[in-house]
Amino acid sequence: MSSLSNFKKSALILMLASSLAACGDNDNSDPIEDQEPVVVVEPEPVVYEFTITFSNLTAGQPLSPLSVIAFDETPPWKFGETASVGLEMIAESGANEEYLSDENALASVSAEGGIGPGETTSVTLLVDAQDVLNLSFAAMLGNTNDAFTGLSSVDISTLEVGSSISRTTPAYDAGTEANTETADTVPGPAASGEGFNEIRDDIADIITMHPGIVSNQDGLSTSALAAEQKFDNPVSKIVITRTQ
Amino acid sequence: MKASAFTVATLLVVASQSTLAAELEVEITNLTKGLYFTPVLITAHDSEDKLFEVATEASSALQAMAEGGDISALVTQASASSSDIAENPAAGLLAPAASATAGLTTTDGNEYLSVTAMLLPTNDGFVGLDSWKVPTEAGTYTVYLNGYDAGTEANNELVVDGSGAPGVLGIPAAPGGQAGTNGTGITTGDTNTMVHIHPGALGDDDLESGNSDLNNTVHRWLNPVAKLTVTVK
Repeated sequence: MSSLSNFKKSALILMLASSLAACGDNDNSDPIEDQEPVVVVEPEPVVYEFTITFSNLTAGQPLSPLSVIAFDETPPWKFGETASVGLEMIAESGANEEYLSDENALASVSAEGGIGPGETTSVTLLVDAQDVLNLSFAAMLGNTNDAFTGLSSVDISTLEVGSSISRTTPAYDAGTEANTETADTVPGPAASGEGFNEIRDDIADIITMHPGIVSNQDGLSTSALAAEQKFDNPVSKIVITRTQ
Repeated sequence: MKASAFTVATLLVVASQSTLAAELEVEITNLTKGLYFTPVLITAHDSEDKLFEVATEASSALQAMAEGGDISALVTQASASSSDIAENPAAGLLAPAASATAGLTTTDGNEYLSVTAMLLPTNDGFVGLDSWKVPTEAGTYTVYLNGYDAGTEANNELVVDGSGAPGVLGIPAAPGGQAGTNGTGITTGDTNTMVHIHPGALGDDDLESGNSDLNNTVHRWLNPVAKLTVTVK
């Protein structure tokens, strides 16, 4: 739609230019003869630009670099489905290279770094204009086995320049690693254990909401986590602004 | 002139009344990682005939649902008050991350939607929605539901056969497994005896003994516990 209206605009400008030229002509000769041949130029693809801010609302969970994927039909992850290896890598280690290479992505970008509690980061995404355009987000809660936050799909097809969509996000469980909270399985700074491991040993290999951190101060003696790593929903705030 | 104005006004009234009845599709999704929902009850009702209300005492019908998953008394109550009823759309338990869909045609005056289902394994926890006003405009609406405590039974967190009967202390079943045995019991009293937001399960890390028969890495949850997707046709 936008490409079409841009095309119409350039055609209109050409018409105006030729009629102005005609007005400047005083000898009343047929203006058509004075016209330069009209060259129809294929319009450049229109590029949308979105600025996304991402705020960490937790008490003590670092969030890994935010991954943003633009897509038209197939989101990179969905509640109730089995996580891709890319999402498993994010949820277990925070690494997002594999995830961002999603075959259905129209464009993808990673925030420069992770953010601590109370911090906000921002990232810019450029994507060619589409009739149907959605964004998906994911980032790991670092001091967990396989918790991540994000949004599966946000429809931004009709978001106008200068307008924003603001959402808070809950904690999801990727379903790819048991929530043991042990020192050797939690990669975040509270434990510095192993990140990604391809073995899937959770109670069900599906994405659900996360039940929260138990911690060694609340009955899980083998947990490397304490009260400060506990969280409740929502865990982050995401604001999408179309800037171009 | 007066007569025709009257006719138009009458027609408008008739038209607006007929929009009160609605054709709905209601999908409920279990958002939790380790809890099961017992048979789900969905009713459309007037402003009075709700299934439950926070900060009030649970009815015996609500208690039977919350302690044992038995919705028959709530259904009887809802039928008697001319509510529109969608019963047990999952045909049994609704597992973590699973969804069930029910069609519901509401009659005039039944403008509100309520939902209940027991959370297993809990003593008297349930997922609930109280009197959500159904929009008159066609469209798809999303509502997130919290976990409630009926306030009728102490949350001792012990799995006991036969404890689904109202007044019998214990959790009747842990459908997903992962529960323990021989716990000594978390508590013997319910400090808030009104319907309230469930404080969550505690569980423990000892499946052979400990305070609780629940597993603290499996049977805890955070709100919301369910998503309701309502399509108004």
